[in-house]
Amino acid sequence: MTSLLVIIVLVLLAVALWQLTKIFDLTQVGASSDDSQVASDNDNNIQGYILFGFLAFIYIFTIYGLLKWGNLALHTPASEHGLLVDNLMNITWVLIFTVQVITQGLLYWFSFKYKGNKDKKALFFADSNKLEAIWSIIPSVVLACLILYGLYAWNNIMFVDKDEDVIEIELYAQQFKWTARYAGADNTLGKANVRLIEGVNTLGVDMSDKNSQDDIVVSELHIPKGKKVHFKMRSQDVLHSAYFPHFRAQMNCVPGMVTEFAFVPTYTTAEYRELPFMVEKVAHINKLRAEKSVDLVAKGGTALDPYTFDYLLLCNKICGASHYNMQMKVVVDTPEDYKKWLSEKTTLAQDIKAAAAAEKPAAEGAAPTTDTAAKVIDTVKAVVDTVKAAVAKVAMK
Amino acid sequence: MSAEAHDHDHGHDHEHEHHHKDTFITKYIFSIDHKMIAKQYLITGIVMGVIGIAMSLLFRMQLAWPEESFKIFNVLLGDKFAPDGVMANDIYLALVTIHGTIMVFFVLTAGLSGTFSNLLIPLQIGARDMASGFMNMISYWLFFISAVVMLCSLFVEAGPASAGWTIYPPLSALPQAIPGSGTGMTLWLVSMAIFIASSLMGSLNYIVTVINLRTKGMSMTRLPLTIWTFFVTAIIGVISFPVLLSAALLLIFDRSFGTSFFLSDIYIAGEVLHYQGGSPVLFEHLFWFLGHPEVYIVILPAMGLVSEIMATNSRKPIFGYRAMIMSVLAIAFLSTIVWGHHMFISGMNPFLGSVFTFTTLLIAIPSAVKAFSWITTLWKGNLQFNPAMLFSIGMVSTFITGGLTGIILGDSTLDINVHDTYFVIAHFHLVMGISALYGMFAGIYHWFPKMYGRMLNKNLGYIHFWVTAVCAYGVFFPMHFIGLAGLPRRYYTNTNFPLFDDLQNVNVLITTFALVGGAFQLVFLYNFFSSIFYGKKAVQNPWRSTTLEWTTPVEHIHGNWPGEIPHVYRWPYDYSNPNHDVDFVPQNVPMKEGEEVLHH
Repeated sequence: MTSLLVIIVLVLLAVALWQLTKIFDLTQVGASSDDSQVASDNDNNIQGYILFGFLAFIYIFTIYGLLKWGNLALHTPASEHGLLVDNLMNITWVLIFTVQVITQGLLYWFSFKYKGNKDKKALFFADSNKLEAIWSIIPSVVLACLILYGLYAWNNIMFVDKDEDVIEIELYAQQFKWTARYAGADNTLGKANVRLIEGVNTLGVDMSDKNSQDDIVVSELHIPKGKKVHFKMRSQDVLHSAYFPHFRAQMNCVPGMVTEFAFVPTYTTAEYRELPFMVEKVAHINKLRAEKSVDLVAKGGTALDPYTFDYLLLCNKICGASHYNMQMKVVVDTPEDYKKWLSEKTTLAQDIKAAAAAEKPAAEGAAPTTDTAAKVIDTVKAVVDTVKAAVAKVAMK
Repeated sequence: MSAEAHDHDHGHDHEHEHHHKDTFITKYIFSIDHKMIAKQYLITGIVMGVIGIAMSLLFRMQLAWPEESFKIFNVLLGDKFAPDGVMANDIYLALVTIHGTIMVFFVLTAGLSGTFSNLLIPLQIGARDMASGFMNMISYWLFFISAVVMLCSLFVEAGPASAGWTIYPPLSALPQAIPGSGTGMTLWLVSMAIFIASSLMGSLNYIVTVINLRTKGMSMTRLPLTIWTFFVTAIIGVISFPVLLSAALLLIFDRSFGTSFFLSDIYIAGEVLHYQGGSPVLFEHLFWFLGHPEVYIVILPAMGLVSEIMATNSRKPIFGYRAMIMSVLAIAFLSTIVWGHHMFISGMNPFLGSVFTFTTLLIAIPSAVKAFSWITTLWKGNLQFNPAMLFSIGMVSTFITGGLTGIILGDSTLDINVHDTYFVIAHFHLVMGISALYGMFAGIYHWFPKMYGRMLNKNLGYIHFWVTAVCAYGVFFPMHFIGLAGLPRRYYTNTNFPLFDDLQNVNVLITTFALVGGAFQLVFLYNFFSSIFYGKKAVQNPWRSTTLEWTTPVEHIHGNWPGEIPHVYRWPYDYSNPNHDVDFVPQNVPMKEGEEVLHH
């Protein structure tokens, strides 16, 4: 029913428009039928004013956009090189806005000022070497400076010195999740290839490589503040992209290739949460979520969880149906907390061993296949042993 | 460059050949007349444009209201891809893929270049027809077939190609990675191979015709800027399209014959695949080697059309004719060495990133020269605001806005954080989706009398322009902000990221503008199709323009001119020439006794 009404409204609107144009045509008294569809002096006058009005619209819409949506941009960078990036970005914006304001202004101002009529004559102004020189040389010089600064920044960001003190971490991308592998005490990642994927070793790490023995595999990334983290990216299947917007970091993950990107985090998650702009942003988001929850609950659904900020790793290269939901939580810890967190993790070698051990006993029901289940069994066994020993002690008394 | 053409006698022969009567088939279907072929390209381009816009409205609705169900999704996409009126995630990717493919290739390349190169090259250079009318006809029908194949791919069971219009492997090579990479992708590749063949044939024709068939007196530096841009565009096309064809062929080999050009070390759907040694980055290089010149193939003809329309409607020469030619040549040359700016974070050696940043920022200079020249053309003009002129001014305006954000994207350091976000979408839609499209509209409004012998309704034209102009800004300007907020492109929904909850209102605003703007294109469609039959009859030279196409009769004849082809004595921009009383002097009017040339 609604669609029928909508269609009727649209048809009536179309008819109204057609009638209006027909009426308008009839009002063109004195126009010869040959020229009726060519712009008259009256048209030029009206359109000239509208064009100038459009300039106002562009300027106002731009200012409105900056005021209303300016705070949506990413704000304070959470990495060292991020400051360089944002600085270059701000300089570029100033240049761009200046050019935009001037050129749009001239374009529409000239349109208005020189709106035509039959009594005017245009100026035959075909060339000017001077003008050509001015507007070729000035942009060239400005762009050259931008290029130089940009390349200086790029070199700083993209080239990691061999001698630098970095923490090596592998980011493993697959449809549709992220996994991270830490290099452990030797700070060297063991070799890996998808051909070695088997059971618990979902990353295909080459366990015969001595460097692999202390590697740790996790699904939540923790990195320490103030230390350079050197990411080595791999992909299992298709192209993905490791995008860390807050850190100004992005690099494609290519199957068959190891790509890399390094940065130094400068705010712990806790610190970044306390930054004024983030407090405001989170409050605003939670307000929106609360409003939405009211609607959801009214329809019989569950309310949305309130949001606390966390750094994120997102996939940013189309990778399949669930590309829109491929993320990993990133936590920046203080160096002490980071050390503590890492020390509590088991290595991949231990996980593989535990899984193998857990498969051995032919128990009723399925053997545990997750490393967590294996750990539970180990713990239970340890507890049983302790109890047995205690009972034995008591019995001896 | 040769200054003379040798068509004098050939013209008479050609005329006698066509005294036979055309049947319906030879006049409207298998015509070798460039004017009819131009109209065929235009209609096909318009039809594909309507389909492309419809797709964009569907996925914009999904983005604005991701959890709503819409009956129209179920009606158009069917129960498999929109059960209960909720769009499925993989069909979302298919829609954005086909939307991009249709708009870039079928509308803005074939629909723009195909139409206007075919219409204007013989008419403006003073030739009876293209060098090979037969090959011209084949190029149109190959285009038509490729469009049909592309539309057929929408109906395959597993869905059409869904790996983005950039179809990077391995996603586009492996059906197990996404369903659309099965038959849908095969048909996409077949369609594009045929499209490339069509495009190459057309380009070869344009190049040969411009070099060989110019009338007496039509030296290269008396060519209208439209011809210069069509000519240079055709050259870029001939250089770059074959590379896409090679990428497509290698991809077909990887998909169907087990080769490993682009694939290596892949584990998917629970098994290791046999591929070894290939690299997806190779595909990216091959694709973008076409992909970047392609966007200049899109924009250069639009620039040529706008230069012409602005000169006519300002009653002034285009400012800096020679500099405009040199900037077109510079843009063409530079466009072949900037492709890597699409690949800054592809994993290629960062040193390449430095090189491509350098060349990319260089290309801003000739583009700036052109923009300043158009603005100066308006200065002290006697501006006639026909709808074509409004679209031309709009083209310059949005080209400047879109081009300026290109300076951010072209700088590798800045690209790190905006690559593949909505910032990129905002940029390329401003320069292609609006600027080039405005150029195409401007061309249609201006040359409709030449194509159909009738005038488009100017008031409908004004309504069309103003609503489109406001809505276009409303759609793409806010996208810059959500891009800077880090919102990735090609996301089916943003609801999995509370971080992006505050961007949803912007998405709703964008979609609203898109729906209104999309709906108002119906005004143009109505104007266009009804004016073909009921428009006011046109006079021979309604815009009082100097170029040769306005010296042909309103009713089309094969061979264009009933008698001899006019000779050319002057450049195409003698508007308001102080040596003359009238405010325009056509190119075929001889110089007066002792008349000086007043331009470079």
